[in-house]
Amino acid sequence: MGTGLTRFGRRMRWVPSGLTRLGKQFSTSVCDNNPPAKSFNLYTAINQALHIALETDPRAYVFGEDVGFGGVFRCTTGLADRFGKTRVFNTPLCEQGIVGFAIGLAAMGNRAIAEIQFADYIFPAFDQLVNEAAKFRYRSGNQFNCGGLTVRAPYGAVGHGALYHSQSPEAFFCHVPGLKVVIPRSPREAKGLLLSSIRDPNPVVFFEPKWLYRLSVEEVPEHDYMLPLSEAQVIREGSDITLVGWGAQLSIMEQACIDAEKEGISCELIDLKTLIPWDKETVEASVRKTGRLLISHEAPVTGGFGAEIAASIVERCFLRLEAPVARVCGLDTPFPLVFEPLYMPTKNKVLDSIKSTVNY
Amino acid sequence: MALWLTRSRTVVLQSLKQKHAFWAAAAPLRSSSSSSSSSSSSTVPFPCNSSSPNLFWVNCRFKSTLAMNQLDSLPFSDSDDEQALDFPGGKVTYTSEMTFIPESQEKRVPCYRVLDDNGDLLIGSHLHQMSKEVARKIYNNMVTLQVMDTVFYEAQRQGRLTFYLTSSGEEAINIASAAALTPDDVILAQYREPGVLLWRGFTLQEFTDQLYGNKGDYGKGRQMAIHYGSKKLNYVTISSPLATQLPQAVGIAYSLKMDKKDACAVAYTGDGASSEGDFHAGLNFAAVLEAPVVFICRNNGWAISTNISEQFRSDGIVVKGQAYGIRSIRVDGNDALAVYNAISTAREMAITEQRPILVEALTYRVGHHSTSDDSTKYRPLEEIEYWKTTRNPVNRFRNWIVKNGWWSDKEETELRSSIKKQVMHTIQVGEKTEKPPVADLFSDVYDVTPSNLREQEKQLREDMIKYPQDYPSDVPL
Ligand SMILES: Cc1ncc(C[n+]2csc(CCOP(=O)(O)OP(=O)(O)O)c2C)c(N)n1
Ligand SMILES: [Mg+2]
Repeated sequence: MGTGLTRFGRRMRWVPSGLTRLGKQFSTSVCDNNPPAKSFNLYTAINQALHIALETDPRAYVFGEDVGFGGVFRCTTGLADRFGKTRVFNTPLCEQGIVGFAIGLAAMGNRAIAEIQFADYIFPAFDQLVNEAAKFRYRSGNQFNCGGLTVRAPYGAVGHGALYHSQSPEAFFCHVPGLKVVIPRSPREAKGLLLSSIRDPNPVVFFEPKWLYRLSVEEVPEHDYMLPLSEAQVIREGSDITLVGWGAQLSIMEQACIDAEKEGISCELIDLKTLIPWDKETVEASVRKTGRLLISHEAPVTGGFGAEIAASIVERCFLRLEAPVARVCGLDTPFPLVFEPLYMPTKNKVLDSIKSTVNY
Repeated sequence: MALWLTRSRTVVLQSLKQKHAFWAAAAPLRSSSSSSSSSSSSTVPFPCNSSSPNLFWVNCRFKSTLAMNQLDSLPFSDSDDEQALDFPGGKVTYTSEMTFIPESQEKRVPCYRVLDDNGDLLIGSHLHQMSKEVARKIYNNMVTLQVMDTVFYEAQRQGRLTFYLTSSGEEAINIASAAALTPDDVILAQYREPGVLLWRGFTLQEFTDQLYGNKGDYGKGRQMAIHYGSKKLNYVTISSPLATQLPQAVGIAYSLKMDKKDACAVAYTGDGASSEGDFHAGLNFAAVLEAPVVFICRNNGWAISTNISEQFRSDGIVVKGQAYGIRSIRVDGNDALAVYNAISTAREMAITEQRPILVEALTYRVGHHSTSDDSTKYRPLEEIEYWKTTRNPVNRFRNWIVKNGWWSDKEETELRSSIKKQVMHTIQVGEKTEKPPVADLFSDVYDVTPSNLREQEKQLREDMIKYPQDYPSDVPL
C-alpha cells in the first residue's frame, strides 16, 4: 500500500465532524517566540525533521525499504538527492536486517534512523529490538550503547488496511525496558518529537499515525526545534473526567470531548506522547482533579497500554477515583477490513463511556 | 548437476576409502562419514530409474543442469595432499593454494527457454509434447488473467474497489506453473499468483467476491483485496507479511512426505521477499528435512521501487540454491512452455526424490506495484514498454499456438470480449452482494469464541442499533 487521500474517504464517513480543525485544537505552545509558521501536513513535517536531522549531524543516516525514492508514504522525499545515496538509501527487503544494521551503525556513534514500511512488518525485527537494541547498554555495563537508534514506522487504521496495514503494536514495545516508545498526534508534534527521538541517547521506536499523514494539517515552524520526551500534555482542560490517549485516537477523543461538553460534561484530554517511560505525574495530577479516568487506543483492549495506565492510576489514586477506570479500545480481534468501522473505538463509543463513567 | 555431484562424490569416497581404510574404523567423525555415504547411496540417480511420463524433458533438463555445473569452474586444483579431512558432509581435501571462492561466476547462469521471442520453438528442444488441449487452456487462462487485471484495475481507479494489484507481465509464470502441477499439490503463494487459482477453477465471481469482501468471500471480508485463498483448491490463504509462507511450505511438504502423498508443496515468492530471513529458513529447512517442495521465485526486477541491484549482489536467486544444497534452475518466466517444462520436471524430482527444488523465473512486473503505487516515479517508461511489448509472455505463447494451428484471431476476439463481459457481470453482482454479518467479525479468532469476545459482540450490537450512522449499512446485524 502506498498513500492516497481516497483511502481516508471511508473513515471520514463515520467521523462526521472531520479532522480539519485538528491543528487549532491541538496547537502546541513550543514556538511562541518564533516567526509565523506555514501549514504542513504530517508527512511533510516528518520530512522536515529528517532533513534537519541529516543536516545538523553529518553522522546521521536514513534508510529502509524504498526510502530512496521517498518512501511509500513520501516521508523521505528529496533526502537522497540532498544528502546522497551513502546517507539515505534503500535496504534489502528485510526488517531484521534493517534494525540489526541500524543497531551496529548506532553503536559506532552514529544516528541511525531506520524506517519500517508498516508497523505491521516490524515483527521480523522484534528480536533485534527486544533482545538487542533494548539491552545493548545494560548487558555491557554501559560500555556499549545503541542510543543513536530511532526506528520509524507508520501505524494504525487507515480506512481499508485490514489485518496487515492497520495494526497498533505499541504495547509490545512498552513491555521492553530499554526502549522508548513515542507517538505524535499532529504535524507540529511529529516534527519536534521526532527530532527529540533521533537525538535522544536511547533507542526509540517512533510510531507515526498514517491516517494523519496527509489529513492532519497545522502550522509547523520551519526551524529546528525539539519537544521533550516523557512529558505528557494536557491539550484540553476540564474538571469531570480525564481522558488519556496518543496518536490518531486523540482526534476521535477530542470530538467526544466537544460533544460531552454540549451535555454539560467537562473533559480533560491528555496526550501521553511518550508511552515508555511515561509521564505518570501529569496523568495522576489530572485524575486527582477530576476523579475519573478513561483511556482510549486503537489496539485491542486486552493487554493494551491502557491496562498499564489504569493499573498505575488505581495504585496512586484509588481513594480519589469516583468510578472504575474506563477503556475504549479496539476489539480483541485481528484488525478486519469490512468490519473496520465496527472494530474502531469510535467517537460515540468514547462519548457513551464518558457519560457512563461520569454518571457511575 | 546433483546427479553428477552425487556420482562423483561416491567415486571419490570409494577411492578414498580404499586408500585409507583405517578411517572407517578410527575416524572420530565416523558417524558423519557414514551418514554422508548413506545419503549418497539413498539418492535416487536421476534420470536413470525415472519411470515418469515426463521422460521427454530429460534431454533438455540435463543439458541445462550441465551448463550449471559450477563446481567445475571453481578455481581449485586437484589436491595432492592425501591427509584429506573427514568432516561432516563428506571428505574435504586440503590444498596449499590459498584460493578464495570468487563472489560470482564469470558467466551468469543461463536461462532455460524453449520458445524464442517470436514464439518459435528453439531447435534442439524436443519439447512440443504439450497437447493442444493443455496449450489452449493455458492460453485461455493467460488471456483471462489479463482481462481480469484490466477490468479490476479500472474498477479500482473508479473507486469501486478499495485495492488491486495486477499480475501483468507474469501471466506465463502464473498459468504455466499451475498447469504443470496437480490439484493435490499445495500452493503457498505470495500475492501476484492469482493465475494458479484461476487454473484450478476459482471462478470469476469467487475472485470478485474476495475483492469486495462480501458474503461470498471465503475470507469473510476480513482481509484486503487480492488476499485469496481456497481450501477446496489447495491454495493457502494469502498473507501480506512477506516470505512467511516459505518455511510454512516446508512444514506442509514434510507432512506430505510423511503421508507418502504423490504431491508436493509449491511456494511462490518474489525477488524482494528473497531478502527476508524466512527465505533462508525456508530453503535451509527444506534441504535438511528433504522436503518435497518447489520454490518458485518470480524475479521481476523490482520490489516496489527497489531494483534487484539494491536487493542482492548474487547472480539472482538461482545460485542461492546450491549454497543450501538445493537443485536449482533459472527459467525464462515469459516463456510459458519453458515454465511448464521446468515446473513439471521440478515437481517430478521433488516427489520422486523427496527433495526441494528451486526455480528462478526471470520476468518483469509490467504494472505498478499496486493501485497505491506509481512506478513511473522510479523506473523508465521505455523499460516498461519493452517488457510489455517485445517480451510479452502472452503474445509469445499465442504466436506458438497460432503457428501450430491451435488458435485463431476470431477465437481471440471472442474470448476477450466474452471474459470482459463476464468479469463486468461479476462486479455488478459482487457490488450488490451484502457484506458478511457482524458475527463474522468475532468468529474464527479461536475455534470457540471466548467470553471477552462474546461480551464485546453484545456491546457492539447495542452500539450499532444506537448509532446506525457510524456503521456501514451493508453489514447485516
Ligand atoms: C515483512 C514485509 N515487509 C514489507 C512489506 C511491504 N511490501 C509489500 S510487497 C513489497 C515488495 C515485494 O517485492 P517482491 O517480493 O519482489 O514481489 P513483487 O511485488 O515484485 O511481486 C513490500 C516491501 C511486506 N508486505 N511484508
Ligand atoms: Mg519483485
